[in-house]
Amino acid sequence: MEDLLFEIQLALPQVILGVINGAFYALLSLGLAVIFGMLNVINFAHGAQFTLGAFVAWMLLSWLGIGYWPALILAPLIVGAIGVAMERAMISRLYRIDHLYGLLLTFGCALVIEGVLRNNFGSSGQRYAPPREFGALDLELGDFFLPGYRVWVLIAATTVCLATWLVIEKTKVGSYLRAATERPQLVQAFGINVPLMMTLTYGAGVALAAFAGVLAAPIYSVSPAMGANFIITVFAVVVIGGMGSIAGSIVTGFMLGLIQGITEVFWPEASQTVVFVIMAIVLLTRPAGLFGRA
Amino acid sequence: MSLDRRSVIKGALGAATLPALGGLPYRSARAQAANTIRIGVLNDQSGLYRDISGPGSTHAVQMAVRESGITQRGINVEVVQADHQNRPDVGSTVARQWYDQNGIDVIVDVPTSSVALAVSTITREKNKLFINSGAATSDLTGPACSPNTIHWTYDTYMLGKGTGGAMVAAGGRTWFFITADYAFGHALERDTTAFVNAAGGRVLGGVRTPFPGTTDFSSFLQQAQRSRANVIGLANAGGDTINSIKQAAEFRITRGGTKLAGLLVFVTDVHSLGLEVAQGLVVTESFYWDLNDRTRAFTQRLGQMPGNLRPSMVQAGCYSGVLHYLKAVAEMGVAAAKASGAEAATRMKAMPTSDDAFGEGTIRADGRKIHPAYLFEVKTPAESRGAWDYYKLISTIPANEAFRPLTEAACPLVRS
Repeated sequence: MEDLLFEIQLALPQVILGVINGAFYALLSLGLAVIFGMLNVINFAHGAQFTLGAFVAWMLLSWLGIGYWPALILAPLIVGAIGVAMERAMISRLYRIDHLYGLLLTFGCALVIEGVLRNNFGSSGQRYAPPREFGALDLELGDFFLPGYRVWVLIAATTVCLATWLVIEKTKVGSYLRAATERPQLVQAFGINVPLMMTLTYGAGVALAAFAGVLAAPIYSVSPAMGANFIITVFAVVVIGGMGSIAGSIVTGFMLGLIQGITEVFWPEASQTVVFVIMAIVLLTRPAGLFGRA
Repeated sequence: MSLDRRSVIKGALGAATLPALGGLPYRSARAQAANTIRIGVLNDQSGLYRDISGPGSTHAVQMAVRESGITQRGINVEVVQADHQNRPDVGSTVARQWYDQNGIDVIVDVPTSSVALAVSTITREKNKLFINSGAATSDLTGPACSPNTIHWTYDTYMLGKGTGGAMVAAGGRTWFFITADYAFGHALERDTTAFVNAAGGRVLGGVRTPFPGTTDFSSFLQQAQRSRANVIGLANAGGDTINSIKQAAEFRITRGGTKLAGLLVFVTDVHSLGLEVAQGLVVTESFYWDLNDRTRAFTQRLGQMPGNLRPSMVQAGCYSGVLHYLKAVAEMGVAAAKASGAEAATRMKAMPTSDDAFGEGTIRADGRKIHPAYLFEVKTPAESRGAWDYYKLISTIPANEAFRPLTEAACPLVRS
C-alpha cells in the first residue's frame, strides 16, 4: 500500500505536466475542429499560424516594447486578421472543388510562412521571458517545483476551450454556425450571410492557434519549427476525437497529453508514437472517432 | 460532407512526403567539364540544425574556394547545396543523385549522425569523397570508418572527454542522461559514459527522447531530478538542447545543486538562449570566433553570415576541410582527384593542414582530423563585453589528447 502511495506521488508531477501539454493539444485541435466543422477545410497551416502567434508576440515585445498581456489579445487579433485575408483571397475559392485542394493550399501556405520566418530569424529560436508576476502561482509539491506560468497555461487554455464550446453550443451565433454547417443553403435563405460567417469562423480558428502560440512563447524557444512539431500530433488528436467534433477535440487533447506524459515515464522512446498507435486503434474500432457521428 | 476520413489521412501522408520530393536539387549534368570540381554541401537547411550548418556552411565553403586560389590555376569549382531534413532516406537519395547524375566529387558537412553514416557508405561505394563537419558520432572514424571519409571538426569522444571529463573533475560523480534517440545521441552517451566511469563516476540512469519532434523536456528533466544524480548530461543538440536548458531553468532543476552538462552546445545555441539562462555552462568546441587573432581574422573575412549569426565550429570546419581538399586537388591534378575519392583522401592525409580557423593540424589514417579542443565556460551577462562575447577559455585539450587514440579505435582500416 505504501509502495502504491509512493508510486502515485512519483507519478503525480508527470500527470500534471501531461495535462498541461494536453492543454496545447486541446487549444490547437479545437481551432482545427471549428474550421473543419464549418468550412470543411483541413487547415494544414494551423501549426504555422501557431508559430506566427508566438512570433508576433515576440515582435511586439522586442520591436515595440509591448508586453505579454497586451500581446495575448493583440497577437490573436493580428494573426486572425491574416487568416481572414487568407480565407478571402485564397481558401474561399476552393470550397466548390475537391477538399484535398484546400489541404494542399493550406499546406503550401504553412511552408511559405515557416520559410519566411526561417529566412529572417534562423532556426535556433528567439527568447521570450515569461512575465515575472507568475511567480505568485509557483507550486511546490515536495521535490517537484511547478512554475506558475505552467499553471497559468492550464487555466487560460481551459477557460478559452470552455468559452469556445459554450459559444458554439449555447448561443444564438453558435446555433447559426451549427445550422450553416449542416445546411448552408437553407441558412442563407433565412437571410444569414453564410460566406461572412465562414470567413469569421476561419479567422476565429486561426486566432485560437495564435493564442496558443502566445501561451507557448515563454515555454519553448520561439522558432519557425515550433508549430510543425506540434501539428502532426494535433491532427492525430482531431482524428481520434472525431473530425469536426468540438467537445471531442477538447477532451481528446487533454487525454492524449496525459497519456503522452505517462508514456514519457514508462517508455520515453515511444512517447511520440503512442499517439499514432491510439489513432490506429480508434480508426479500427470506431472509424468516426471517439466523439464523431458516423 | 463528402470529405471522408480515409482521404484526409491519405492527403496528410501525401503532404508529409511532399517536401522530400520538392527538396531535391536538380542540376543539369550536361556541362561536365573535365577540369571542374563539384562540391555538394548537404545539410539541414530547414530544421533545428540549420543555424549551426545550413546556408552558413555553404557561405564558408564559397570563401574556401575563393581563398584557395584554385581558379587562378585554371580549375573551375562549382558549389551546390541541398537540404537533407535530418532524414537518412532523404540524405541518401540526394547523395546518390549527386554522385550518379550531377557529377559531384565531394560532399561536405552533413550534420545528423544517422544521415552522415548513410552518406559515408554511399560515398565509399561510389569512390567519391566525404568531408564531414557537422555530424558528431565517433563511429565515422571507428567501426564505420572509410577510406573515402574524413571527419573534420569534432566528435562525441572529444565532447565526452572535454565536457564530461571537466564535470567529473569538478565533483559530478553521478550522472543521468537525457539522450536524443538516434545514432548521435547514443554515441555521445556511450562516449561520455566511458569517461565518467573511467574517472570513478557512475551513471544512474537515462531517458531516450524521440527525435526529431520532442519540444517539451519537462517530464524528462523531472525524471532526471528524481534520480538524485549530481549531473544531468544532455546528449542532444540544437533546438533540443536549447529547449532542455530553457526548461531546466523554468523548473529550477538545478536549485538542489544538480548541474546541467550540455554535451554539445554551439555558440548559436548560447545566442538563442541568452546569457541569463546559459551562464555557467561548460562547453567543448574546436573553434570559437573570438579565440585568437587568426579566428577573429577568419570571422571578419567571412563577412555577414546568413541570419546575421557568427560562424559555428561546423561552418568553420566546412571552410577548413574544403580549403585543404582544394590544396590536395592542386597538387594531384583535377583528373586524379575526380577519378578516385580514396586517392584524394590519401593525399589529404599526407599533407599537414593549416588555416586560420583551426590552426595547424593533421589527418590520421582512420580519417580523423586532429587539432586541439577548447573547454569554455559561458560568461555571465556582466562579464560579456558586447555582441557575441559569450565564452571564456578554461583550458585547452592538446591535439594529441583531444581525440580517441588510434590504438583504441575499432577502425578496420587501421587494424589491417
